Parts: sequence; C-alpha cells; structure tokens
Amino acid sequence: MSTRLATGGRLLNTDKPVNFAFNGKQMRGYEGDTLASALLANDQMLMGRSFKYHRPRGVVASGAEEPNGLVNLGSEGKFEPNQRVTTTEIFEGLEATSQNHWPSLEFDVGAINKHLSRFLPAGFYYKMFMYPRAAWKHVYEPIIRHSAGLGKAPKTTDVDTYEHFYAFCDVLVVGGGVAGLEAARTAGRSGAKVLLLEQTEHWGGRAPVDGGTVDGKPAAEFVDDLVAELQGMDNVQMRSRTMGAGVYDHGYVLGYERLTDHAPQKSGPRHRLWRIRAGHVITATGAIERPLSFAGNDIPGVMLAAAVRDYVVNWGVSIGDRTVVVTNNDNAYLTAIALKHAGLDVPAILDARVLPQDSMLMEQAKALGIRVMMGHAIASVKGGKRVTGVTVCSQAGEGAALEEIACDAVAMSGGWSPVVHLWSHCGGKLRWDTAQACFSPDLDNAPKGADGMGFVTPAGAASGMFPLDDVLCDAHAAADGVVTSLGFKLPKDVTAPSAERREEAPMAPVWLMPQGASVKLREKTWLDYQNDVKVSDVRLAAQEGFVSVEHAKRYTTLGMATDQGKLSNINGLATLAGALDADIPTVGTTTFRPPYHPISMASIGGEARGPVFQPIRRTPMHDWHEANGAEFEPVGQWRRPYAFKRGSESTHDAVNREVKNTRTNMGLLDASTLGKIIVKGPDAGKFLDMLYTNMMSTLKPGKCRYGLMCSENGFLIDDGVVARVDEDTWLCHTTTGGAETIHGHMEEWLQTEWWDWDVYVANVTEQYAQVAVVGPNARKCLEKLGGTDVSKDALGFMEWVDGELGGFKCRIYRISFSGELSYEIAVDASHGQAFWDALMVAGNDLGVMPYGTECLHILRAEKGFIMIGDETDGTVIPQDLGLHWALSKKKEDYLGKRAQERSHMADPTRWKLVGLETTDGSTLPDGAYAVGEGTNANGQRNMIGRVTSTYHSANLDRGIAMGLVLNGPDRMGEVIDFPGTDGKTYHARIVDPVFYDKEGEKQNV
Amino acid sequence: MLILTCPVCGVTAEETEFHAAGEAHLKRFGPGSTDDEFESYLFMRANPKGVHFERWRHNNGCGKWFHVARDTTTLEVFTSYSAQTVSPPQEVLDLIEDRRPGWSKGSGA
Amino acid sequence: MSEPVTALNNASETNGIAAIRELGPLGMITLRGDLSAAYLRTLTTKLTGVKFPDVRECHSEGENGLAWMSPDELLVMCSYAQANDHVARMSEALSGKHALVANVSDARAVFEVKGPHARDVIAKLAPVDLTPEGFTPGMFRRSRMAQVPAAFWMRDAETFQIICFRSVAQYMFDLLKIAAQPGSEVGHF
Repeated sequence: MSTRLATGGRLLNTDKPVNFAFNGKQMRGYEGDTLASALLANDQMLMGRSFKYHRPRGVVASGAEEPNGLVNLGSEGKFEPNQRVTTTEIFEGLEATSQNHWPSLEFDVGAINKHLSRFLPAGFYYKMFMYPRAAWKHVYEPIIRHSAGLGKAPKTTDVDTYEHFYAFCDVLVVGGGVAGLEAARTAGRSGAKVLLLEQTEHWGGRAPVDGGTVDGKPAAEFVDDLVAELQGMDNVQMRSRTMGAGVYDHGYVLGYERLTDHAPQKSGPRHRLWRIRAGHVITATGAIERPLSFAGNDIPGVMLAAAVRDYVVNWGVSIGDRTVVVTNNDNAYLTAIALKHAGLDVPAILDARVLPQDSMLMEQAKALGIRVMMGHAIASVKGGKRVTGVTVCSQAGEGAALEEIACDAVAMSGGWSPVVHLWSHCGGKLRWDTAQACFSPDLDNAPKGADGMGFVTPAGAASGMFPLDDVLCDAHAAADGVVTSLGFKLPKDVTAPSAERREEAPMAPVWLMPQGASVKLREKTWLDYQNDVKVSDVRLAAQEGFVSVEHAKRYTTLGMATDQGKLSNINGLATLAGALDADIPTVGTTTFRPPYHPISMASIGGEARGPVFQPIRRTPMHDWHEANGAEFEPVGQWRRPYAFKRGSESTHDAVNREVKNTRTNMGLLDASTLGKIIVKGPDAGKFLDMLYTNMMSTLKPGKCRYGLMCSENGFLIDDGVVARVDEDTWLCHTTTGGAETIHGHMEEWLQTEWWDWDVYVANVTEQYAQVAVVGPNARKCLEKLGGTDVSKDALGFMEWVDGELGGFKCRIYRISFSGELSYEIAVDASHGQAFWDALMVAGNDLGVMPYGTECLHILRAEKGFIMIGDETDGTVIPQDLGLHWALSKKKEDYLGKRAQERSHMADPTRWKLVGLETTDGSTLPDGAYAVGEGTNANGQRNMIGRVTSTYHSANLDRGIAMGLVLNGPDRMGEVIDFPGTDGKTYHARIVDPVFYDKEGEKQNV
Repeated sequence: MLILTCPVCGVTAEETEFHAAGEAHLKRFGPGSTDDEFESYLFMRANPKGVHFERWRHNNGCGKWFHVARDTTTLEVFTSYSAQTVSPPQEVLDLIEDRRPGWSKGSGA
Repeated sequence: MSEPVTALNNASETNGIAAIRELGPLGMITLRGDLSAAYLRTLTTKLTGVKFPDVRECHSEGENGLAWMSPDELLVMCSYAQANDHVARMSEALSGKHALVANVSDARAVFEVKGPHARDVIAKLAPVDLTPEGFTPGMFRRSRMAQVPAAFWMRDAETFQIICFRSVAQYMFDLLKIAAQPGSEVGHF
C-alpha cells in the first residue's frame, strides 16, 4: 500500500493538517501536499478510469505531465472537471471526485470494454460505425455520447473572476528550476528587465530532489541562496504558480497564473492571463521522464522513477513497501537509492542495458545491497487495481519468464525528453540526439522574431543538457548570449556556478520491453495512458498505411488527450518508426501547439463576460428609455429602443400605436446614434463630390441634401443628409452603423490617395444628442418651447439653422425620414436628457409619444424610402433602387462611378426596386423570394425577385413591402408569387414603392 | 500576433492596435479606364510568399495610415514607412536587399 | 439652459485596489491643423497656459491642458464653461488658415484612476508597457482598453486620467471596476 512515511517530505508543513474529501470520503493531508501526494498518503492509488477501456488507473507522474490522475474539483459555481491531481495543491475543504466511471470508481460497468479490446483497435470508430448507416444516428451516436468525454461539463455559471495583464520585459525566462534561476540571475546582472515564470509553487525544479553540490553547497541550499539573490534584484520579477503556456509570433508569450486555486477563500481573480511581450525568451522548461513500454505498464503502482523519488523526498510518501526499479539509464538509480535511504525495500533494479563496467550510481546501489540485474526487463506486471509483482525476462528475448518478483510498486525510466514545446510553438526546429535518444532544440533553427532573428533560446535540460554542471553552464551561457544580443553587457566578474560532476553511464534506447515482445504482450503495453493507445495500435496503424506521423496520431488518437502526449509522444514515434523500419528523425514529430498544459477558458476571456462581454453604446437618453418601457434592439454596438411598451401592451401593439400616433399627433425619436462628421477645408467640396454620388460642392450654406455613398465596387455603402455649414465646412450625417466606418473611409482616401488635398475631418457623432420631432404637431411643440422661428417660411424643407429652443442652444434641421412635418434637433449631449424632458413636457397636450426603430422603419417604408442594410446588402447599386436622380451626371468621377459602368452593373436585367402589396393584405415574409417560370440547371424554380423590407402598416391596415424584382418597374400591376417557409404561397402585386402621401403634402406644411 | 511600429506617431505596439488593409501601392483607375485596368485595380492582388508591401492603419492609436514591408512567411518586418508614397522608397528597397539579397519585386522570396 | 450632465453623473468606486471616478464635465476641443506652425502653438499655449506637447505628450494643469493626438491633431483641454468661448476664439484666430476646430466636450467621458496600484489597473486593460520606466507622467498614449479605443496619461506617479467616447462610459467604468477589484493587486511594478 502507499502510505505517509514518518520522516521526510521537504515541502510539507506537518504542523498544518489539511482536511479534504475524495469521492465523499474524508481524508487528511498537510499543507504543501498536492492532491496526488495526499491521496497516495491515504492509500488512494486508484484515481480514475481510462478513456476507452475504463481500465483502473493510478497516478504515474508527479507534475504537469500526469495523464491519469484527473478529477472533478469543487461544486456548483466552482465546479471544474479534468483537473490534474499532481498540479492541484490541497486546501482545507477541497472536494474531489473521480471521473469516467459508472457506477463507481471501484466497480465500473464500462470496464467491460477491456474485454472487448480486440474489437476496439485503432480507428475502430471509423470501421465499426460505418454500417448500417441509419444505426449511426439511432444506436451508435447516443451510446458514444453517453460514454464520451472525461469529466462532466459544469452546469452552473462560474462564480470566479479572471483577468488579463499586459507585461513587457527584455528577457522572459520560462521555468524556475536551476537552469531558469541561473539564466534569470545572469540576465538580471546585465541590467536587463527580466521576468521569470515557474508553473509550480516551488523554485529549483528537480535539483533539490536529485541532489548534487553546486559551488560547494548542497543543491537545495544553492537554490535557496539563488532565489534570495534574485528577490533582491529590482530588475528581476519572479512569478510562481505561473506557467508559460504558449510562445507566439514576435516575442508574444502567454503566462497562466493561478491565484486562488490553492486558496479559494482569497479575494480577487482566480486566474490571470499574462500577455507578455519579451525581447527574448529563454525556455528553461526542463525535461520529462519517459515511461517504458512493457506489458501491464498501466497498472496502478507503475510509476515514473523520478515521480516515485519526488513523492518520497518532497512529500514523505511511499508508493509501496517493495519497489522494483526498471530502467535504461543511470538516473533511475537515484530512485532506488532514495527509497533505500527512506527505509523501503528495493528487491531489484532491472536494467535493460549491458555495460562493460559499473558506473558510480550502480556501485552506490549495489553498496546499499540492492540486486542489480543487467540486461533484464519486465515481461509483464501482475495485478489488477494494484501491482502485485513482476515477471522478469531478458531484454534481448521474447519475454520468457525467468523469475517472478513480488512487489507493490514499479519505478520505470525510459530516459528523458527535453520539454521542447515552447521552443517549437512558434516554429523552432528539433534535432535528434542519438546519444540520449531524444529530440532537442536545433539551435540553428530558432523561431524568428520581428527583426528576423531568433527570439527563443533553450537552457539547461530543455536544451538536452542533463547533468547538473552542464545545466548550469548552459543556462549561464544562454543568458549571456541573449543579453549580449539585446545590447546589454555582463559585468566581468560574473561566471557560471560550478557543480560537482556525477559521471553516468550512457543510456540505451529501449522502445519495447522485451525487445521481441510477442503480440500478446504488445496488446497490454500502453503508450498513451489517457487515450488507451497501445503498441499494437500504432503497429496496426502503420500496417494499414498511416505512415505519416500526423495521420498515425489521428488514427490512433495517440497524444490527443488532455496531456497532449507529454509521456507518450516519443515512445509512440519510436514504435511507429520501428513498425515502418525507419529511423526516428525521419518519422519526425507531430506539431507542438499551445497551450503547454490546459488553461481555463475563462482566463482566455479575461474580464470580457457578463456586462462587459462586449461594449454596449448608450445614448444620453438611454436611462430614460429603459425606465419608460423601451424594448431595445442592437444596432452595431448601440442599443436603440425598438418600441416603448406601455403597461401590458404587446410589442406589436406598441409599434402600431407609435406608427399611428406619429402620423396623427407627434412622436419623438432618439436619433443620437446617427453619425455626424465635420468635413472642412479648401478642398472639402471637391472631396465630398468624390465621396458622394451626387453633387455636394454646390450645396448652399444653410441647406441640406440627401446623399449616397458607394464603394469603389459601385455598391451602396451609406446614405444620409449633408448640411453645408459655411464656405468650406460641411456636416455629413451617416447611418447609425456607419459613423466609424465612414469616418475611417474618409480618412483612408484623404491619407492614402488625395493626401495633397486640404481637407480635415472630425467625427463629432457623440458630441450631440439628436432628437427627431415628427408629426403634424411637431412645429407647435417647438413653438411652445419658444425661441428660434421654425415656421414654414423661416425654416424651409431641407434647411437648417443654429438657434435656441426652450433655452437650449441647438442646431435645427428640417428634414424628414417619415414624410411628416419633421425636425431633427441636435443639442450638446450633456443636455440631451434635459432637452428630451422639455420636449415631452411641451408635447404633453399635443399627443407626444416616443417611438422606436420599428416605427421609424414602418414610417419610412410607407414612404418608399430605402434603408441601408435592408434594401442594400453589399451587392446593390443606386441604379437598382431607382436612385438615378442622386447620381450626378455632371461629375467626371466619384467613388463607384467606374464600377457602375461595368457590364454586369449596367445589365438591364438587374433586379430593381418596386413596392409589393399582397392581394389579401397579409404581410410578406422577410427575405422571401419570388419564383418565375421554368427551372434552373439544378432543377430549382427560377427566382425573379426578393423581399427587402416588409411590415404591417397600421396606417394603411395591410402589409406593405419593398423588393427587388426582375424588370420590376416595367411590370407594375402584375401579381407574382412568393412561396413562404410556412407552406403558404403569397401573391403580391407589383406597385409603386410610395404607399403613403404620394404627393408629399404632409411634410410640406 | 505581430508587433508593428507606426512611423507617424512612433508607437511600437501589438497588432490589436492596428488594422491591416491589404496590398500597398495600388494605382487607382477611374472613369475612362479600360475594363482590364479597372479589373486589375479592383480585384487583382499580389499574394507573395515572401516580401510584401502592405497598408495598415493605426486605428486604436493616432489613426494614421502607413505602409509596412514584411515577409509573409517568416513574418519578419523590414520596416514601416509613409502611406504618402506611390511605390516603396529606395531606402526601403535597400533595407530589403540587405536582408534578402537578390530579391526583386514579383519574384516572391 | 440645463446644467450639463456627464454620462455617469460622476460615478465613483473606491473599494478596489485603486480609486475610480468619472470626472467632468470638462472642456475638450479637437484642433486639426499644422501642429508645427508657430501661430497654432502660440494660440493654444496662450489659451491653456501649458507648454506645447511634443510627440505623444500631454501637458496639463488643473482643467487646462494640451495633448498630442497625431501630427495634425491636438486636444485642447479647459473648463467645460470655457469650451465654446475657446472654440470661437480659436476659430477666429485661425480664420484664413487650413484648420478645423470642434468642441468635443460632450462626446467624451473622462475617468480618473488613482492610487499606488493604478498602474496595475491600466495594465490589465491596455496593451501598453506601463512599467515606471516605460510610462511616466507627461506621456500621452492612445490605444485601446479592452474592446474600446481610449487615451490616457498620468497626472502624477499615482494618477491616470482616461478619455473615451461618451457612449461607452458605462462599459469603461465597469471595466475599471473589475480591473480594480479587491485582492487583484499584481505586484509587478
């Protein structure tokens, strides 16, 4: 059984017990425990079930690379699935539940799959679920959906908050092991601004566990001194619990800081996503130990050798009383020695190598009385939910049992792989290191930054340097090179620390144990624990022609789980290479993509959730609208009242009331959102003549003109009323959505094409609150306010004047988008609400009602006025809409003119704007298409038109619509068919688009 | 995510402050141009693998337009320069020649 | 005429790691013209009593100030009551010259973020180097804060002033409140 030892545990504070629960069972650990070490201390080796076969699985590793130990953490608003036990620090009250089993962890029905494993080989879902076709929807998919997925998806809203943080530094060091610390110190001493990130809560990485001496001090003491030195440097910032998650173009790095995961009672955000720009990135990300491939290597109790060592040294946890060590390198001997020192039994070290002479570590192990069996291997591991023993064989053979050794733990080491992920994220290339059988950064092919030079440098184990002295020298040299390239200089007295060299015998690559393992053994030999990929699966993939590593990965799902194959990749590649009879570098690696380790989705969103998910733009009268029954509709980022509902009225009724009232009495519309752009300068007239299809330079000061704007493609992009302010100043109104884009459009042409024209533009949209006062009583209302003369003679249609109304300084435009007597009045935004209030009071006995955008739409549609975005969709030109009168014939050029001469634009068969009236008075469905005679090449009925705007007109008491119809204007009176999606076909007569007050008498009063 | 330097206000900032707007140095053709000229102006765009000249705007900043010479494969930014130019200035071409000897416009790399 | 009302009626929040409040109403005038011209520099420095800003600088004193927006745009700051008068005086002084003067006092919202952790708050929202070496009082930066354009400068070592569009004042205030939530000190600067 696994248990807590009486002594040891350098990271524990045994004075502080911590209570937590696993699957409802109360357990106790200590401050400093990870959930993994605490569970192991409570003999909870079984932590979860595998994805495909639901095999019992225990923890394998002690860090971020852990594939098996995934649990659900917390509950309700703090529930989160797939959390790694090895990276979860325990806290008082922590609640964890295991995943991927039913009904219980101990007894799982899904484990039946393991007996079906011969029917579930690689790519089984491609093969099994093909036929019969109908079975997919009704049989296979429901079953797969029920069993798929690891943890449960959260059901309630996350109660935590998250944030981003933008940081800038000269040198970013990722990894707080000895290499990272040394690199940070060296870089720091040059004066460069340094940021050092460490994913765990502890500094020093493996060094304090693995021992050795540096500058005459034990490694742990060296680390403490180094950390203290760094903390004293003003230009060095250190962040623990912060993972370097991804490296991106031009020195952009994401850091993932976990602020309250270990202490949920703390206030403040849970995670902080650091968005770092670094002059240079040093990846001191260390290395990950590889498992060995032998039968039964997934049985709980089989762990990485270094992890076994970590649990003993860091957390005082024994994985078992009797641990067999199996290895292809010297490093695992440290585990055997550490276990012996902790008073535990190591019945044997099975070393796959055959060496001419013993190395230092081998001698040490032997001196401790450990039986070292060279050239030996594990044929298979005995046990179900727990290791009970191993069968020993010769590595060179096919697995014939030589003896059985009873044990309750196996510590395995297949060598070490540098963590090259961050180096590779942005294009760093790798080279195969034959001596250490691993991929290391190819320093000649670093990821390139904005200046075309490499911006990532690996240091220490991440660059393939494993002995402590090499790690420190490499880290020092890397940092020296980096700061020099950035223009900093190291003081002369700065040298690399020197570590005592521990001579080691070379490792020997072992990709399968034993070398000639039979099919039967290979079928129990796991490569990818989380996704249940075995050696036999990869061989099958190769046999079936998936020879590209990327294809084999997807076919077998090797490395596609949440651990992204940190343990399985190299073994998988080697297995594929073996099956293809190719060498490993030829097979190559799959692509390393960020993030290095899963990060929370919420941290990516940062602050952007709830009320600040996106900016909402509000007019100065927004609060009034909200308090007065407004139902809002989004128009770009603006929220405009769609209608103002009274009492229990339906939205439809409210709209009808507003429509009728505005035509009978008067209405107020908040028109503040319309764009307002000042265009000024000696060349302003010339400029506007280029921008608008009609002539603006001839407009007289004090007058307004409706104008159209097209893109160079000829298509309509915006419209609005232009007012001439004085000799060289115009004020252009745009649509609500168009203010920023049209302002940008103007700046673009002025800066990039006509930069010698003297024109300035300024977007003053938000300076003004603008109110449309519309209806027969509009003038009376303004006269009641008093001030500027707004009579028919003083202020004619399409004129404007600066003046004063009711004491408000304002600009009054006599324009109409409804066909009614109408004024648009602009006041400074800070007075907008007061002005609106004054209008409501003045209009009180004149029947004033506020109206929303739906009423606005109906009023304009009754008059046949087009709306950008309804009648236009980016493919419509003014000629389609019968707006020839707004296309200047006098001008040689305007934006879009040349395009409108292109053959397709001048084609007489382009659909043209007409009015549409259903024969039964009903309202046409929006966007409906009209069908004509015959069918097209696909056998579909030919289309001859479509509805662009359609409303129920309360004033006319019937449906009215506009649409674009083939030869429409020539077909007045003809009835055409619009099949609806409701099964009904609508019959509509082609009519003039002006439905109401054709003579325009109502606005000319 | 790229970093660019706005030559107008001098700010070096990340891409989110800027807006990319395609190929630079297009010559405008208006009324009176042939269909071919107009088609090439409106639609035909270079899409080189390598050196490219682009239009950018510092929209979350000083609001000014500028040009950028960069490599579309390595993402190396050679330099940014004035939008008020009809072709890349000689010093820009020299800079690129220095980084990509033998390069010529239209040759891609 | 009514009393001018700012977008948020001078809302404030002081429970977080920095004090946030909406300022104003304040006078702001956009001046587009040739910023290198002596007539323009003399005119604006005389009106505001502050030094003319160099590229990406802002000089401010009380409600008066000048901020460099772009090579042909200056933001002139003054009291709200003075703005219209200033516009008239500038327009008159610049008549015959190619320039554009517009009162934009009501088009903007202005916020103050104050306290020893003010830098933290801004650095959570703007992709700008806010280290004490990288950003100092007197510098003026136009950038974005989360999803909206904004400009900011430091009045002193612990005080930022932010200008954004009026319509997004609520968004900006909410953003700042979240970025300044209690317990969210970064400790980086």
